[in-house]
Parts: sequence; C-alpha cells; structure tokens
Amino acid sequence: MSAETHALGDRSISRAGSLSVMSGNRRYELGTATTVVSQPASINGPWSGRRPWQWLDGWTVGTILMAVLAAVPILAVVYLAFTPTENIWPHLVATVLPGYFATTLILMLGVGIGTLVIGVSTAWLVTMCRFPGRRIFEWGMLLPMAMPAYIIAYVYTDILEFAGPLQKLLRALFGWSGKQDYWFPEIRSVGGAIAMMTLVLYPYVYLLARAAFLEQSVGVFEASRSLGRGPWRSFFTVALPLARPGIVIGLSLVLMETLNDFGTVDFFAVNTFSLGIFDVWMNMNNVSGAAQLASVMLLFVAFLIFSERYARRRQRFYHASSKYQALPNFQLTGGLGLFATAGCLTPVLLGFVLPTLVLLRYTQQHFDPELTREILKHALNSVKLSVMAGTIAVLIAIIMAYSARIKGGRVLLAASRAAAMGYAVPGAVLAVGVMIVLGNLDNGIDAFARRNFGLSTGLIFSGTIAAVTFGYLVRFLALALGAVEASLGKITPNIDGASRSLGRGAFATMRHVHLPLIRASVLTAIMLVFVDCMKELPMTVILRPFNFQTLATFVHQYASDEQLGDAALAALSIVAVGVVPVILLSLTIAKSRPGHRQGD
Amino acid sequence: MKFKSVLTRGIVCSAVLGAAVVSSPALAADGEVNLYSSRQPFLMKPLLEAYTQETGVKVNMVYLTKGMLERLKSEGLNSPADLILVSDIGNLHNHEKAGLLQPVSSATLSANIPPQYRDPDGNWFGLTMRARVIYASKTRVKPGEVSSYEDLADPKMKGRVCIRSGKHVYNVSLLASIVVAKGAAAAEAWARGVKANLARKPQGNDRAQVKAVYEGECDVAVGNTYYMGKMATNEKDPVQKDWASSVRIIFPNQNDRGAHVNISGAAITRSARNKANAIKLIEFLSGDRAQRIYAETNFEYPVKAGVPLSPLVASWGEFKPDTAYLSKIANQRNTATKLLDQVAFNK
Repeated sequence: MSAETHALGDRSISRAGSLSVMSGNRRYELGTATTVVSQPASINGPWSGRRPWQWLDGWTVGTILMAVLAAVPILAVVYLAFTPTENIWPHLVATVLPGYFATTLILMLGVGIGTLVIGVSTAWLVTMCRFPGRRIFEWGMLLPMAMPAYIIAYVYTDILEFAGPLQKLLRALFGWSGKQDYWFPEIRSVGGAIAMMTLVLYPYVYLLARAAFLEQSVGVFEASRSLGRGPWRSFFTVALPLARPGIVIGLSLVLMETLNDFGTVDFFAVNTFSLGIFDVWMNMNNVSGAAQLASVMLLFVAFLIFSERYARRRQRFYHASSKYQALPNFQLTGGLGLFATAGCLTPVLLGFVLPTLVLLRYTQQHFDPELTREILKHALNSVKLSVMAGTIAVLIAIIMAYSARIKGGRVLLAASRAAAMGYAVPGAVLAVGVMIVLGNLDNGIDAFARRNFGLSTGLIFSGTIAAVTFGYLVRFLALALGAVEASLGKITPNIDGASRSLGRGAFATMRHVHLPLIRASVLTAIMLVFVDCMKELPMTVILRPFNFQTLATFVHQYASDEQLGDAALAALSIVAVGVVPVILLSLTIAKSRPGHRQGD
Repeated sequence: MKFKSVLTRGIVCSAVLGAAVVSSPALAADGEVNLYSSRQPFLMKPLLEAYTQETGVKVNMVYLTKGMLERLKSEGLNSPADLILVSDIGNLHNHEKAGLLQPVSSATLSANIPPQYRDPDGNWFGLTMRARVIYASKTRVKPGEVSSYEDLADPKMKGRVCIRSGKHVYNVSLLASIVVAKGAAAAEAWARGVKANLARKPQGNDRAQVKAVYEGECDVAVGNTYYMGKMATNEKDPVQKDWASSVRIIFPNQNDRGAHVNISGAAITRSARNKANAIKLIEFLSGDRAQRIYAETNFEYPVKAGVPLSPLVASWGEFKPDTAYLSKIANQRNTATKLLDQVAFNK
C-alpha cells in the first residue's frame, strides 16, 4: 500500500476527505456503487467488444463453480448423514450428548476469551506503543502459530503430569509422598486443553487484529483523543469497533479450529463433540451417524457466523483518507514498559520457546542420522504440498472475494460462505467427503471410458497428491477467504468507481488497484494456509498416495506408538519450516503500512 | 514489483508441481503388491523388506489409521489396494461386513494359522496375538491380591487402578469380551466398578499407565503385553526400563475363561489385482521368518505354532487365553461402546 496508494490518492481520491468511518445510516452499498460505474467499464475494459453480460457472467459463473467444487465434499458428508444405518440419537441424547455439548461450549468459551485477550492486547501494544523488545515481538508473537496443538499438548503433559519433573520437584521440596497430600491442576482436563489451544491459536487473532490496527487511520483515533476521550475509552469505543471485522474473522478461525480439534482432546480425554464424532464412527462403526453429528456441528458454526454478521449488518468501514501518518508509538516507560514486555513475552515463552527447547532435548537424546535423511525427504513433501495449496487457495480467494465485491448480491455471498465451511468440519470426516466425491468422479469416468472406448482409466484422482491438495483447499479456503475479504472490504467503493470511470475494466482494476492495496493481506492469507497445511494430519493420512509421508504423518506414526522422542526431530522440522514464512511475512506486513517508519 | 514476482513465482511453482502430480504414477507397476496398513511403517519395514528380498516383489504401502474402510469403499472396484493389514479383530470384521474383502483358501495359511485365529470362510487371517493384561506394582500389590479382570472392579481396589480411555479400541474389545462371557448387565456392573476404583480420570496410553504405577499414582494398570517388552528394552529412553521393572505382569482369569487376547491380521481386498502375490505376502507374514521378526522386534505372540517367543516374552510365563471366538467378541463392540457411555466411564 505504499507508493501506489499515494500515487493513486493524488490521481483519483485525494478529494475524498479525511473522514474514514462510514457506518449506520451513512452506509455504502457495494451493489449500488458498482451498478453506477459498470457502464463505462464494460465499454473500455479488457473485454470490450463483447456484450456486457458476458464478462459479468464470467465472474459469477467462475465464483459459483469454485464454490461448488469446494462445497461438494461437505455436501457429501451431509449426504452421508441422510443414509443412516442405525439411529444413534436416542442413545447419545440419553447418555453422552449433553456432556459433549457442555464440554465443547466451555472449551470454545475458554479458548475464545483467552485468544481474544492475548491476541488483541498484544497486537495493540506492539502496533501503537513503544516498550523494550517491541520490534522483536512484532513477529515473535506469531511464533506459536507454527506449533501444532497436539505436539504442545504432549510436551506439557510430560512436564506437568504427576510423574513429570515439576510435580516431582515439588514433592521432593515439601516432602509430600502422594497425590492425597497436595493439590495440583490436572493438565489432562478441559482447563488444560483451553490453555494448550489458547497458546497456539491466539496468533490468528493477533495477526488479524494487528493488520486491522495497522490499516486504521491514526486520524480517527486522534480525533477521538482531541475530542476529550482518554486512551482507554478511545481504544474501546473507536479503535476496537473499527478493527472488529478483522478480529472477528481471527476469532472465528480460532473457534472453528477448536471445534474440530481431535488430537489434543483425544490425548487429554476431554469429551468434546468431535471426540463424540469419532466414537460413533470408529467404535460404533457408524460413519453416517458420525456424519450426522458433524452436520449438526456445521449448522452450529453457520449459526455463529450468521449471527455475528447480522449483529454488524449496519456497519461498514472504509478508508477514505489518503493521509496515513506515522503511527503514534506511545512511549511506555518504567514499570508500564516492563509490564508490556512481560505481557508479550509470556505467551511466546509458553507457546513456543519452552516446547521448542523440550523438543530439542528429545532430538538430542534420540538422534539418528538415518532418520534424519528420511525426514528431509518428508519435509520436501510437506513444503511442496503446502506451497501448492497456499497459492491456489489464495488465488481462488481473491477471485471469489473480488467477484462478490463487484457483483454483490446474495448468491455470491452465499457461495463464498459455503466454500468456507470446510474449516468447521473435523479433518478426517471431511476427508471421507473428499474420497466419496473423487471416488465417484473417478469411477464415473472409468465407467464412461469402458462403455464408449472399451478401456479402463482406473482411478485418476483418488489416492494422489492432487487429492491431498484438493482436501487442503476445501479445508483451508476459509483462511484465505477470511484474510482477503477483510482487507478488500476496507477499500472504499469510491476507488473502484474512480478506476472504472477512468477506463479500467473490472479485471484491470483488480490487478492494478486492489491487489497492490491488499498485498499484505494476500501474503497473510498464503502464510496462514501454508502453516496450517504443514501441520495438517488427518486428511493427509487418509487421502495420500502409496509410500508417501509428510512431516506430520511421520510424527504421527511414532506418536501413535507412544514414542514422540523418535519423532521429535520431525516435529521440530514442522515448527522450523512454519516459522520461516511466519517471520518473513510478518516483516512484510509491518513494512506495508503507508507511513510506517521502516528504520524504527 | 516484489509482491507481484512473489505471486508469479508462486503460480509458476504450483503449475510445475501440478504437472508433477499429474505425471506421478497412481498405480503400481505389474506384479507389485499394494498394501493399506494401519500398522506403523517402522514396524512393517523390516518385514516387507524381507519379503521383497525373498521374492523380488516390491510392496507399496499407505499407512492409514482412520478411514481405511471408507477409502476402499469410495475407490470401489478400481481400488489399487490388494490387501489390508490391521490390528484388532473389530477392524477386520468391519471390512468383511462392508463387503470389501474376498475369501481365499491357501494350504499354507491353513497350516500356519490355528483355526480360531482366522475366518472360517477365509476372509481374514490373524498374524500376531497380544494379551490385555494387568500390570501390578511389585511392591504395593501382594501376590494373589489381584488375579482377574473382576478384581479390578472389587471395592478393595478403590483409588488404585489406572487405565487409558475406556473408548480406546483395546478397552472396548476387552469389555466386549466380558459381554460375551457374562452378558451385558454384568459387563456394565464391571465397568461401573472399575470406574469407581480409578485413581485418576482415564487418560494417556498403555505405557503412561505403567509410568503412573512406577510413580506411585496407582497400584495396578491395564495394558497390552508388547508394551512391556518395548519399555523393558528401550535404549533410547532408558527411564522406561525403570517403569517396566517396577511392575509384574498378571495374566488375568487363569482359573476360568483366560486372558483377553486380540489379534492383528491381514485380508485380501475384493478389488485385488495382484491377488497371487498378495496371498504370497500373507503366507510370508505367517511363516517362520516373519513370525520371528514380529516376536522379536514387536514382542507379540506369533500365531504359528513352534515359532519361539522372544526370550523376554517367554519369561512372563505361559498363559491361558480366552478361547471365545474373536468374531463373536467383535459383534459386541457396539454394545460395549454404549455401556461405556452409560456408566460415563471417561468422565
């Protein structure tokens, strides 16, 4: 957003004024804005010469097609739910279902509050204040993101359980002999699961909150201050509401991730809804019952997303200002500064540094050169898949989000919502949906070829890397879409209008105006998908080809045999490979803010 | 502009990788055997290498812990898998019921595997056995104090029992074996009794239970036999040797039905293309050489008579296994799962 913004601002929107909030009764409708300007664009755009409805249809059809592709595996899961073998509900309702609900809600509430508090407060501190270590925390806060929840859970159990070094030390120090002599929090509990997930998931909130704070015009905040509001009230009444869309997207990602987690809750024996799904699937051998539970979970997520959107239906904030002055950098000195440092340091220490050190120690104890060579090969597989999925997901997200912007309308909005639902389904269940779809497609093609050409094509997609990539896309599109949409939504439609009235078509406007403006968010989106693909386990296991391992599946085979020590190096590699883009892109995001002092 | 070049490079990368995907062979070359296995690659590697060395036939493998059945189903008759390798009778049974297996007859398999450990129709074949036993603290549990699964539910054991999640496949099968032996009502009472005796909420894995006994958190634990061997010989993590030496193995119910035994086994898929070589692989796995590898590296009990146990396993002594048909036990897994829900075992 740097040089381009200013050039563009001079040319087209320098008169837009400095007021950057438009909400309530002064809202702008995207649809009407584009209707007004679509006429000249269709004449002079890159598709000039064709009739207007043709390129209009291009966006719509393309978006709907992509949304359908992404939604089909989810629909397959829902379809599965309607082919029941045995009615599990009376049993579940009478026994464990209320418990599943209660536990899941407590878990979501705990993780939600935890990630909000840590994510938003650290994002604000790092963006707006100066205190010792701030520049390191800018990217350092993101580090725990590279740590898979199931690994951190394993590490902390080793440290904190009854047989772990901490309790042993306490017993030795105070002369306690057994469990009955003292109280110590049980790590394998809902509380423990909340702590583990909060530690590795808060970066989602941090990332999007920080992006939102960075993209805010300081002018608004200063106006509030000069009109007599204190820093706290200004934060809660101006900065926070402005950042709400971004924060909410971060929070919803966190909650969906919490909802579909299996590894951690399984390890801690915390009976959540997703554990219940697997119980019905594996132990009752009832995959359609599991799909029914998954569908209920999906409905619940849809309800959450809808109600949040409904709650802020009248709000839409755009940047109309071309004045991006340097961020204020409130100086925090003395105790306050130290407090800020400690506040930022704690989650990074607990969520990243400590577990990494433990893994390093395991690695050192279990080092094996032959395994190391093998791990390198798997690391390459992981990176390949994650880069591919990340790039494709973001390309799709850009097209879908932009097309919803220029076309407006409920159909496209619904399409993009549907495409993003995969994130709320437990990976293994979604993998079954993907298999059903690809299996039917492959066998359909095979049957067609046999009938018409007398030859068998066999399975084309099932059990290939393409199947795994498709699975990743279905599952992680929400991440890319969320980041891109949030950023695109903040660009005022006036810019579209200006560009289009100056003769650029829809595509050219996207390429030359929007893309440069949302660059930081596009990078964020790639990074989010990349890191999650690196950690992804259940879909990779189920969909992969023969003789194929990623770092995560390699860790899994040892962890499932209760020997994480042998897999510590691979676990560390997941973290290490994930950390690189986290740091690089975090630096890019900081630089991308217009007026941000780079040498600071 | 930097960003554009990043994006462009990303797109080019994806295109190249995409091309690599399309050109990667999805199907194995002729004669090669394709295996879906829920047993870990590091365990299967020496076995499969020995097979390839002996026969020259390469084995391709996908390690699948979940979703194997759904994958075979959705791939249909075009599935590349020739055979599956899974642990627990329940898994073999589910695949058979879903019509994903085909019966085969082989004189070698009939000779190597005792009839109670294979399907009478030849749909599946057991390859190794493990017993679910009681690990008792050498110091805190008197000899004879605990001798059966029923003792674990006796009030005298209050606060002294550790066990992993009741819903783990091993524990579900154990409870299903009690349903078969004594009926659902008795099994429910047993589960309730064990729950009342637990020292802590069910958690961790089988090894973690022994660790808890070692640390004094509880006095007895339930676990599979081979974990004892793996802990007792763990050079990489020597503290596990101390865990192992703090407990002794008690084979339960030696005066009545015997200890609950489960199997790992193999089966030919209905879609198998290289059926002949796949059968040869199962024959190999049931033969002396492979059975010895199973016994020595994974401390399991070989199904083939006459194959020596690992000396360590032999040192635990002979035991009487529960002889109820495994397929009958597998049929009660659903009931067992629901009983565990009813007594809120994991809560």
